[in-house]
Amino acid sequence: MHDPLLIGGREIKNRLFLGTGKFSSNRLIPKVVEASGAQVVTVALRRVDLDFEEENVATYVPGDCVLMPNTSGARNAREAVRIARLARAAGCGNWVKVEVISDNRYLLPDNYETLKATEILAAEGFVVLPYMSPDLMVAKAMVEAGAAAVMPLGSPIGSNRGLRTKELVRILIEEIPLPVIVDAGIGRPSEAAEAMEMGAAAVLVNTAIATAADPVAMGRAFGMAVAAGRTAHLSGLGEVRLCAEASSPLTGFLRSDE
Amino acid sequence: MICLSFYEVFLRYKNMDFERFFAGVTGADVRQAMAGARLKPLDFLTLLAPAAEEHLEEIARRAHSLTVQYFGRTILLYTPLYLANYCVNQCVYCGFRSGNDLARKKLTVAEVEAEARAIAATGLKHILILTGESRSESPVSYIRECVQVLKKYFTAISIEIYPLEEAEYAGLVDAGVDGMTIYQEVYDEDVYAAMHPAGPKRNYRFRLEAPDRACRAGMRSMNTGALLGLHDWRPEAFFAGLHADYLQNKYPDVEVSISPPRLRPHLGGYPPRVEVTDMNLVQFMVAFRLFMPRGGITVSTRERAGLRDRLVRLGATRMSAGSCTAVGGRTAGESTGQFEISDERDVAAMASMLYEQGYQPLYKDWQYIG
Repeated sequence: MHDPLLIGGREIKNRLFLGTGKFSSNRLIPKVVEASGAQVVTVALRRVDLDFEEENVATYVPGDCVLMPNTSGARNAREAVRIARLARAAGCGNWVKVEVISDNRYLLPDNYETLKATEILAAEGFVVLPYMSPDLMVAKAMVEAGAAAVMPLGSPIGSNRGLRTKELVRILIEEIPLPVIVDAGIGRPSEAAEAMEMGAAAVLVNTAIATAADPVAMGRAFGMAVAAGRTAHLSGLGEVRLCAEASSPLTGFLRSDE
Repeated sequence: MICLSFYEVFLRYKNMDFERFFAGVTGADVRQAMAGARLKPLDFLTLLAPAAEEHLEEIARRAHSLTVQYFGRTILLYTPLYLANYCVNQCVYCGFRSGNDLARKKLTVAEVEAEARAIAATGLKHILILTGESRSESPVSYIRECVQVLKKYFTAISIEIYPLEEAEYAGLVDAGVDGMTIYQEVYDEDVYAAMHPAGPKRNYRFRLEAPDRACRAGMRSMNTGALLGLHDWRPEAFFAGLHADYLQNKYPDVEVSISPPRLRPHLGGYPPRVEVTDMNLVQFMVAFRLFMPRGGITVSTRERAGLRDRLVRLGATRMSAGSCTAVGGRTAGESTGQFEISDERDVAAMASMLYEQGYQPLYKDWQYIG
């Protein structure tokens, strides 16, 4: 089935996006990419070290992947913009996941500052994917600001608590004319599949894969779950009913010739 | 409620009968304190009780799991660089105290650059610069000059210097400093007065409120703590944790962390007033992890190699490597350090230890953004 995801002029075939911040070794990254089939890999610019190739996380992202730098550590729009520009200058391409966090206790995104950064960076030609709390009005403003996709959180970063924001994400999927990529909080492949069945365009996972006992196998499991969820979404899921369907319709006699 | 100063929080618990509280803590209390998602101050204090030692393994497992969840299997590496050891204070436990007979030295800017080059060759991008308290020998203007040079070699520069005014911190942030370490040393006010008989450091509140001034000035990361061994460690650990929690609440965009430094031998040989065992240290670290799951924990080379290897899985998020506590110790030969270090391993040896344990050493985890 030809079902590419189009972002920033790129055709993305695999809808699992991979985060890289928590692996026990950067050397696991290419193995997880291979096992999962991920094509978009996000790397924090704060970790990119052009002076030390062997320990530079970006070295381990296979060349055929889209390297998506993120602005981890930015506390406001000004810092996010600055980090994105530095990333582009460092040769990390023009994709950017805008991440602005001004709260270190819950690590929740600051939608207001994220929106400001998105507007500035989109105008500068970046392919901007803002990480955000799933708020419909802000998401609409992100569309206006020129975002290439929106990335609502499923639950707080690293929490592995799954799709706690499901109803709000569902509304974004229905209303926002951009790819909706569920980022953060996805703890299990079944939750990734659930997001994809709902119609999410992709999911981004790091903690659940990187901190698994076998990250490569878990990467494979997530790759399969995302593909299964996508296929299910395209296949037309059956309606969920609270009761069994009566096999003898109550009103059937009205149309009967008897 | 957000307090105006940590001193208000301190006063709430200052006269608490800690002995009595600890005596009343049961195993059931410890299990209940552990169970919550968001621990309250008294839950944290419960986990610091002697009775919690019986449950240390259980607390440690939860602490390890939370650390992996929020920080991954990574440890940030950094190294200290001593710029100057001139000091006007009389801290009775410190090798650099005024009156101690040691060669005083201040690095020239050229010497700072030589040290920076030597450190940068190890791959580290995070540096912590230290001075004694001497506004005449190591004024803020001198520290700024050093920062200008260090910026060429490092992407994250932290300071561990005497407490400053807010505008002075702002000047250093503007120059490129993004992090700060300041230990209150001892939260008990009477012991603090006895430990600091003379010099500007006698001013307890000016030091206590230095993190506030620095956070307001735009500092990105803040590391606090108590010097363990000066007073009963359990209430000291409690106040250190509360201080970190207060800072995180008040300055949510600052990355707050603590250190649990234990008093080490040094010139003048001041022995710890109170013994703090390895078990005590671990109990503090794992209890703090449950209290502040996203708070950093820094472990310096004050601790010996074998213990540090084990602390990797007990909540640590940052460790120093290739440390030297003498001014100019890396390039200008031997000199007397502030304290003896217990883990002499260089950066490469620390990195291989981490890899062996299944941890990624982080050489760079911040990018100076101007």
